[in-house]
Amino acid sequence: MAERKSDRETGAPSRRRLLQCMAAAGAGTLWTVVGGVPQAFRLGGEAFAAVPGGFSFVQLSDTHIGFHGEANPDPSGTLGVALQRIAALPQKPAMILHTGDVSHLSKPEEFDAAEQLMNSARLKVHYIPGEHDTLIDDGKPFFARFAKGVKTGGWYSFDQSGVHFVALVNVVGLQPGGQGKLGDAQIEWLKKDLMGKSASTPIVVLAHMPLWPAYPEWSWGTDDAAEALAHLKRFGSVTVLNGHIHQVLQKIEGNITFHTAMSTAYPQPAPGEDKGPGPLKVPSDQLRSMLGVRSIAYASGSKSPVLTDRTLA
Amino acid sequence: MPRLSRAAAATAAILIAFAAGSYWRLAVPHAHAVVAMPMEHQPGAAHGAKPIAAPGPSQVMIDNFAFGPATLTVAAGTEVVWINEDEEPHTVTASGDKPLFKSPPLDTHDKFSFVFKKPGTYAYFCALHPRMWGIIIVR
Repeated sequence: MAERKSDRETGAPSRRRLLQCMAAAGAGTLWTVVGGVPQAFRLGGEAFAAVPGGFSFVQLSDTHIGFHGEANPDPSGTLGVALQRIAALPQKPAMILHTGDVSHLSKPEEFDAAEQLMNSARLKVHYIPGEHDTLIDDGKPFFARFAKGVKTGGWYSFDQSGVHFVALVNVVGLQPGGQGKLGDAQIEWLKKDLMGKSASTPIVVLAHMPLWPAYPEWSWGTDDAAEALAHLKRFGSVTVLNGHIHQVLQKIEGNITFHTAMSTAYPQPAPGEDKGPGPLKVPSDQLRSMLGVRSIAYASGSKSPVLTDRTLA
Repeated sequence: MPRLSRAAAATAAILIAFAAGSYWRLAVPHAHAVVAMPMEHQPGAAHGAKPIAAPGPSQVMIDNFAFGPATLTVAAGTEVVWINEDEEPHTVTASGDKPLFKSPPLDTHDKFSFVFKKPGTYAYFCALHPRMWGIIIVR
């Protein structure tokens, strides 16, 4: 019975629950259902609604500190705006999850600047790398700084308020012709990490590149994701948080929901809607409306999180 | 799509498949994308002119997530220069466990060069965007 209930919760919520969420989120929020996943999309201005008695955290992605192209000459400035928005939340988040591309070119000064900015939030930050962070020495400088004490290939897990978090690395050792890659060693580690966990434990998975074929033509996927997901299928609530594509795309597969996130640096085109996936130049007064942060809240007693994507406009 | 780019795509696909062996299944559609995409944005390409107009015979331009030309034939001893004209960083990394050449990350306008001394077919890719492929044929 417990499993059936959480099945229901993971899928499209009931109309009643949706209305409850809408009431909590308040005005100025555009609710959309993409791929069957209801989400609140903040158009600007107001602060996040608090979830009473719940537990919340923030996902921030693709800060690309060091980027200096026309699409955003000041990614440190826009990251600063994102951190101000996080600081203004009525409910203090338990932590920030950074889903990769912290830097643009893996340079020490970029890592320095990013770390100082992130530390200014005075919140615990968990990092995973993007492919821009592992350009030097298979990511060793990144892992030494942002995954201290992690012995394996940079992947790790932790528990917070009853939720099990798994932080994966799918940007190292990419093979010609391929997309993102986890590798056998990491998948074996994941299997062991999840072993013995109750199927009713809510799971959050972090990975930079999408763990589903979001748009293989632009390498927006992970070649061996299916093998990893096979170990997650038995859980009632699995929330996959990805970055990489600088926009929100979502998908449901059984109890697993996949969500990519906006960047804080620059947007990228929607799949196939430009000649390639390069930085999308928009008029400067529109840039912040295409950047954003995500709040993830577990209401008291709920195993299914409510995700709120909010732009920096 | 111009007829020439289809022919070039097919040629590159065959060459890549030849060089890549087990990547046959993956390489064919990607090679098509690699070759076809930039050419649509090359002035003159539609009229059957040289696929890449600007660079000299030993240059490979990196533009819009593609190496152009995707297949370059040079004489032994030639120095090949890659120039990144994309807003995205890229690498030039020879395929294989022990790459013969491997560039640092190339930011916009950065260059990388390598001298090909021995005849042969050399496949390379971008380690950030591994569907970006290129071939250097040394005669």
